[in-house]
Amino acid sequence: MSGEQQQFFDEMRDADGNVRPAYADYHSWLSEQEDGLMDRKHYEAESVFRRTGITFNVYGEDDAEERLIPFDMVPRIVSGAEWRKLSRGIDQRVRALNAFMHDLYHRQEIIRSGRLPERLFRQNAAWLPQMVGMTPPGGVYTHIVGVDLVRTGPDDFLVLEDNARTPSGVSYMLENRETMMAMFPELFSRVNVQPVADYPRRLAKSLAACAPEGAGSTPRIAVLTPGIYNSAYYEHAFLADQMGAELVEGSDLRVIGGKVQMRTTQGYEPIDVLYRRVDDDYLDPLTFNTDSVLGVPGIFDVYRAGNITIANAPGTGVADDKAIYSFMPEIVEFYTGEKPLLANVETYRCADPDSRKYVLENLADLVVKEVHGSGGYGMLVGPASTKEKIEEFRAKIKANPDNYIAQPTLSLSTCPIHTKSGLAPRHVDLRPFVLVSPNGVDITPGGLTRVALEEGSLVVNSSQGGGTKDSWVLAD
Amino acid sequence: MLGRTASGVFWLFRYLERAENTARLLEAGLRMALTRESEAASREWRSVVTTLGLKSAYEAQGGDYTNIDVCDFVLRASSNSESVLSMFERARTNARGSRTSLTREVWEAVNEGWMNLCELLDERIEERDLGRVLAAIRRESTIARGATHGSMMRNQIYSFARMGTFIERADNTARILDVKYYVLLPSLSYIGSAVDTGQWDNVLRSLSGERAYRWLNAGQMSAKSIADFLVLDSRFPRSLAFCYGAIRENMSELAKFHGEEREAHALMREADMRLFGQDIDAIFDRGLHQFILDFLATNRRISDAIAVDYRFAA
Repeated sequence: MSGEQQQFFDEMRDADGNVRPAYADYHSWLSEQEDGLMDRKHYEAESVFRRTGITFNVYGEDDAEERLIPFDMVPRIVSGAEWRKLSRGIDQRVRALNAFMHDLYHRQEIIRSGRLPERLFRQNAAWLPQMVGMTPPGGVYTHIVGVDLVRTGPDDFLVLEDNARTPSGVSYMLENRETMMAMFPELFSRVNVQPVADYPRRLAKSLAACAPEGAGSTPRIAVLTPGIYNSAYYEHAFLADQMGAELVEGSDLRVIGGKVQMRTTQGYEPIDVLYRRVDDDYLDPLTFNTDSVLGVPGIFDVYRAGNITIANAPGTGVADDKAIYSFMPEIVEFYTGEKPLLANVETYRCADPDSRKYVLENLADLVVKEVHGSGGYGMLVGPASTKEKIEEFRAKIKANPDNYIAQPTLSLSTCPIHTKSGLAPRHVDLRPFVLVSPNGVDITPGGLTRVALEEGSLVVNSSQGGGTKDSWVLAD
Repeated sequence: MLGRTASGVFWLFRYLERAENTARLLEAGLRMALTRESEAASREWRSVVTTLGLKSAYEAQGGDYTNIDVCDFVLRASSNSESVLSMFERARTNARGSRTSLTREVWEAVNEGWMNLCELLDERIEERDLGRVLAAIRRESTIARGATHGSMMRNQIYSFARMGTFIERADNTARILDVKYYVLLPSLSYIGSAVDTGQWDNVLRSLSGERAYRWLNAGQMSAKSIADFLVLDSRFPRSLAFCYGAIRENMSELAKFHGEEREAHALMREADMRLFGQDIDAIFDRGLHQFILDFLATNRRISDAIAVDYRFAA
């Protein structure tokens, strides 16, 4: 049995079953708790979530319009030393991403140097020709980044994905912590966990630092949401509330006198920084999707004139593309002149004939993803799939190889979750949240741990039945 | 604050108030029905349904005027877009849309109230549960109002909340008063006779004013003194005078905040003079029904003016 247990790195215990140092205090607390406590607390936590309305919406399911993300009460714990190492890697990667975006929309040195094939972004749906030659206020493209990390061994944290478009989930990071503190206050006096609660303040500060010139000393920030039916509406409202910013919809905004202004009870008032949670396509019906009612007609002109900051900048979605991802090691080196501190997951580009041959021969062992896909949609997990599904993907890859990448099935680390029959290991990932401003990169110590609730499953996305955990970074 | 958010808060409180008043009206109807023979009971239910403006919708789906049929339709029927359940749903939708303007207490009270009512009204109601369900509706609305009092800043958001509450309450009180007198009573000649004492009692009960009235009038009951009480007694929180006092106060807070008065303020002043600058005898001389029709129209004009003045819509 013990050999099987160590097939995956267990966050809490080592190969001999000993509790790892980061979990020592938590584990000793846990072993003192009476039976049934976790069941009771679990029920309590769920009713808090429901009352508070911490929900996400699932599209296409009439009956379950708003759902709770399952919350597991065993924290995922990262030691201070591990975190420092991770932070350095994230900092480097995010700086590189930002420099990359600037280069792509300006001189394209990385393409001239032959390090990146031009067609990669030419055929990228997130590439915005409108951004060419334009520099956003403060030179920042990726104001808020979520870097998805997975762990395969004691020293092996890998980046699974960069989310530079509009990463979500930060409200769960904050609410999970609040819930844990409410459920187990005594635990927090025993374990020294770094706080995450100041994220909204940091976000407001970071966004304000990116305000356009002439915004004044207290720039006006607003959060743009598609509205209450959007899957992440709870988070939009939460962040606006916590930042003391206005939560606006497209219909509240108008371009007047070269500024984006919001309709208040006192008339129209200008906005300096727009933290938009609306996709590029819907941002400006005059520039992009003409049918959209979510955006603001003319906002792009205001943006070009330098009179508003849009976070994240339009066109940053290019970096979320999984084909670009496969070039991240080169990108990091090109812009920072340093070796990447965080490794990528090995990635085969199906566009490349040799890789494609390998992928087609090994489909049953690989994870295949659509280049522009997100949220766990449109992917094949070979080992957990059926013959039919594999053949379906074989045909898809052959028909449109550029659209697919493949990765080996990772030995994702596991972290225990609470189940009816006690603790049980489940696969996890970690999404730290990163803020970028001209003053630098700011990483909140923690993040969102997503957990695959089904035994053996590697899919952690909430839209695919994953849950979340509180993520602790110890203050050692 | 955003005009859209002001609208959300205003309507949130209108729907909460409407749900509560509907429950009060059903409670009164139920009490009447239980103390009368069946024909009178069915007349009483007809008047309740008429007061709610649901007569044609109700009759279109062919229900009898019985306790449970009426209550089920009014509270939860999917064929009734104005059911109490959908009012609460709309209240909650408005609260979600203006969440950043509400305190956590208010949001949670509305959200939890909606969740509780969804559960209570999930299936067709049994007659024996009616009392419990109606009490729950009143309580959820009361909790939300209490949370508003206890946790909200006294700023313009609060003013919009209060104006929503009192515009709606004034409308409901006026409708109840009107229908009770002119639909329910077989003929005006009954007014003042002993026959309709029970009806008057019921008018008061529909507005939860029976105790206050008895206390003030030491057991006497007359059409005029009840109308005087419900229209002009500014001590009773559901009288028209009280509602208008509260609207006036909150509108003047808004004027202070915005540094100017707007169209709604002018309408309000005009309404004050026309409606409340007279005693009950004068109102009766002109006709109570006419007075109420004027009142309802004015009330709606003020509500519309608020929406325009404060940019509820683009």
